[in-house]
Amino acid sequence: MSNTNQKIWAYRRENSRVGVRNYVAILPVDDISNAACEAVANNIKGTIALPHAYGRLQFGEDLELHFRTMIGTGANPNVAACIVIGIEPGWTQRIVEGIAKTGKPVAGFWIEGNGDIATIAAASRKAKEFVHATSGQVRVECDISELWVAAKCGESDTTTGLASCPTVGNMYDKLVPAGLYGCFGETSELTGAEHLAAARAVSPEIRDKFMKTWQSYQDDVIEAHKTSDLSESQPTKGNIAGGLTTIEEKALGNLEKIGKKVKFIDVLEPAEAPARGPGLYFMDTSSAAAECCTLQAAAGYVIHIFPTGQGNVIGNPIMPVIKVTGNPRTVRLMPEHIDVDVSGVVRREMTIDQAGDALIDCIAHTANGRLTAAEALGHVEFVMTKLYRSA
Amino acid sequence: MSVPQLLVHDHKDNVGVVVIEGLKAGTNMLCVITEDNSDFHLTSKHDVPIGHKVALVDLKVGDTVIKYGQDIGKVVAPIARGEHVHVHNLKTKRW
Repeated sequence: MSNTNQKIWAYRRENSRVGVRNYVAILPVDDISNAACEAVANNIKGTIALPHAYGRLQFGEDLELHFRTMIGTGANPNVAACIVIGIEPGWTQRIVEGIAKTGKPVAGFWIEGNGDIATIAAASRKAKEFVHATSGQVRVECDISELWVAAKCGESDTTTGLASCPTVGNMYDKLVPAGLYGCFGETSELTGAEHLAAARAVSPEIRDKFMKTWQSYQDDVIEAHKTSDLSESQPTKGNIAGGLTTIEEKALGNLEKIGKKVKFIDVLEPAEAPARGPGLYFMDTSSAAAECCTLQAAAGYVIHIFPTGQGNVIGNPIMPVIKVTGNPRTVRLMPEHIDVDVSGVVRREMTIDQAGDALIDCIAHTANGRLTAAEALGHVEFVMTKLYRSA
Repeated sequence: MSVPQLLVHDHKDNVGVVVIEGLKAGTNMLCVITEDNSDFHLTSKHDVPIGHKVALVDLKVGDTVIKYGQDIGKVVAPIARGEHVHVHNLKTKRW
């Protein structure tokens, strides 16, 4: 028996979801509330502020995505309790109420009519209360397959498709049948492999939903805005330095992440929480690392697997990001960023099956509390996806 | 098995990937097809960086480059067997 049925030590939340970190998050509704949130996080140790650039004058689908991302971030099981601060009470309370559905402690504060200083004082008192209520929580034994584990690759090169992405695929082939929730995205970066991705949909209905989503990204984002053949954007300069030449080549390597057997059971909107039970999900996301990770964390994923070739250094403030590389040069030049070295695969010293097991062990250690390279190095990239200009 | 210099995903592929640092022109490369671990030898005609591709056959303008057994783009400048394949001679068929 492999290591797919091992136990982990994690936090069982009020809604029975499993979290692997125990943050008290200080969440700004909008850009102008970042300063107050950062002040609260500075006042009260054991809290983390999540500053971002948006939240004002958004409308329509873009506003819905903003709320979904904010509520989903606060609701993530890695967050034990959450303080929400906005400029005014309306949107602040909407986010508080969304997070409160999980049953976790959450409180909202607004600045208009109070000023930064009074708001910071009141929010700091509540944050201290939340720290005391949550920091003593004890980890309990859970199954590794109860985790929600997302994946996205970055600064990819040809070793990504040979080693690190197949390693992730092997992990999904082993853990998804055991009950894991998986997630892959990067809509534009499946271009050239979209037919292979579509063939991995669980049903004709989900296949059509996937192709509609992929085509819409082509038509509404790429074709609508491109001024060239996207040279140096897709693939990126880093991809090209690593030997990737075309989007098709990059996409085929990317898709190795979903393994050989598992099918995806639904297509999610950006930051949408999966609702069809355990299984692999596709999410409509940008291929930019921080945007994609932020959306997956907002959907409820608690650990992220990030295969890299040339050495992307991305992290996330609430979701541990595990780096996997199969490039021996990257292992040599940037070892402090790598959690799982699978460069033995390209030397034919390690099989993909062994690499998948090494990744599963790293997921277990990370779930138990071991800091990832990105966590130890302080990477807290939190980047909202914005669909269009504000009103 | 000795450590290969070039890996090929699929028997249908007409390019492989250099997986060692500092590959020099004239190297008689051990090439492994990962699909079934079969191997063959090929001489590199260029110094090729790790991660970059080498042609397994002669390719002419308009040919399709195959990797993973799939179409990864079109040849835009002639490529001889053993030569470096990259942005100077291979382009996407998309966008």
